[in-house]
Amino acid sequence: MNSPRTFFLLLLALLVSCFGLAAHLQPQFQAWRGSRASGDIFNVVLGDSRRMFANNFFVKADAYYHSGYYPTMFDDTEAFKTTHMAADTGAVKDKNHGDEHGFLGPTRNWIDAFGRNFFPDRHTHLDEGGADDNLGGTENVREILPWLKLSADLDPDNPQTYIVTAFWLRMRMNNVAEADGILHEGLRNCPDSYDILFELGRLYNESYHDLDRARNVWEQGVRLWLKIYPTLDPEMQKDHRFIMEQLTTHLGKLEEDAGNLPHAIDWFEAAQKVSATPAHIQEQINRLKGKLGLEFNPLLKPLY
Amino acid sequence: MNNIFAVAGVVIKELYRRKDFYVLFIVTILICLVMASVNIFNDAKIVRYLKEICLLLVWISSLVIAITTTSRQIPAERENRTLLPLLAKPLTRSQLVLGKFLGCWLACGLTLLCFYVFFGALSASREHHWPLLNYFQAAVLHWFMLGVVVAMTLLGSLVFAASSSNSTICFVVVGSILFVARHLDQVALTLREPLRTVIYSIYFAIPHLELFDVRDLVIHSWPLISWLYFSLALLYALGYVAVFLTAACLVFRRKAVN
Repeated sequence: MNSPRTFFLLLLALLVSCFGLAAHLQPQFQAWRGSRASGDIFNVVLGDSRRMFANNFFVKADAYYHSGYYPTMFDDTEAFKTTHMAADTGAVKDKNHGDEHGFLGPTRNWIDAFGRNFFPDRHTHLDEGGADDNLGGTENVREILPWLKLSADLDPDNPQTYIVTAFWLRMRMNNVAEADGILHEGLRNCPDSYDILFELGRLYNESYHDLDRARNVWEQGVRLWLKIYPTLDPEMQKDHRFIMEQLTTHLGKLEEDAGNLPHAIDWFEAAQKVSATPAHIQEQINRLKGKLGLEFNPLLKPLY
Repeated sequence: MNNIFAVAGVVIKELYRRKDFYVLFIVTILICLVMASVNIFNDAKIVRYLKEICLLLVWISSLVIAITTTSRQIPAERENRTLLPLLAKPLTRSQLVLGKFLGCWLACGLTLLCFYVFFGALSASREHHWPLLNYFQAAVLHWFMLGVVVAMTLLGSLVFAASSSNSTICFVVVGSILFVARHLDQVALTLREPLRTVIYSIYFAIPHLELFDVRDLVIHSWPLISWLYFSLALLYALGYVAVFLTAACLVFRRKAVN
């Protein structure tokens, strides 16, 4: 019974049964929706709870954008409702109001007054020089990127992360290829995101000067918006009107630059329906109508 | 004074015989090197996240070294039955306490020196400049903060029975001070009497260790702290060190040594 041959055979039998069991379970495990095996390291370690941390890292990036001058949960956060690095891209609706320079308020006591000498106490943006007010160092905005990348890895379904990352890569670091790459990664993860399509259109228009692709991408964004907007709740609809206004006004400008003035007017009229400042867009429409009238004036023959 | 330095010398020798520092230092280096090897949009100049991670590890490591080293000093002497022979020599109890404090504090200073040299080298490898005065201010403030922590832990080691409970309590207290002490007065405003007065009293009584945490200034390349405020912060720390050491000497004077 205790001969080495018996042990060897038992070991072999165990190995065969283990292999058979693994082969039997593997397809079921792959098909199981709760499986973490196919994900990245964060997915394996944290599961869906990783999304909770994603926003923290997004905010961390904004704290870096302010060189560490950032309100805590104990301070007045009214001026930081929307992260400034996102609001400055122009692709995200800015909900901030209040004093962004003085969220600390007046000094409360001598410890507070003394303590303010030991942490950043001045509002700055990295793209405007940062802590040392060096306007030549606007490329320092690169420092927000690690946290944005981490945030995108943790929550791949948040389009805002891709937009903000791509915007700063493109605008301040002149790294259009990486910006293009991150936006396409965003589109793969969020195929219905008109926000990402808007930023992608801006990239084609402003960086590649490829008007046709920009037009196609923005028009696809508008189509998606028209499909998704009615399914949103009223509060969400309010927020999502901003991106439609951006899409349509950019399309309007693009058509105007291309000389398609009737199309441009159509887009501006579409923008007017969702805009918070319709009077301003009406001025644009009037200007274009005037321009259109001048173009056709030579065709009009005098009656007398 | 010679007695104090003799005791301090023994404590420093103990630090470099133990492996705590080496382990923490190597772990810090490894983590930082792994983080430095991460490719972020093909940009090799990104450095601040690395500085933040490195400084965070330096702070954690230094606190671990300071608290664990200090908390076992007097209890270990008692357990090994070396306390009585030590005090039989021409060494007063206060000199022993001061010697233990000085030894632990100087040991922390040595470890900080290694950590900050590594930090400086790491950031210089990307930034290509050495803001030495900023690093000096950060390291000295850090060291004085550790002085307060060491003095507080030494007092704790005389009050609490076991060094493990003392270490845990010190970690909780130091962590709480670092995270919420700055906002304690704002929290007090939201409370009713008498809790408000209690919280206010705690706010003014505790050592504000968060004042010495100038990592954000170093990470984001802010200008130097005014030397006047820097000196005042050091005096503030020395004041608390004196308070804790006096209390420790008073407690130890009445304590049975066996």
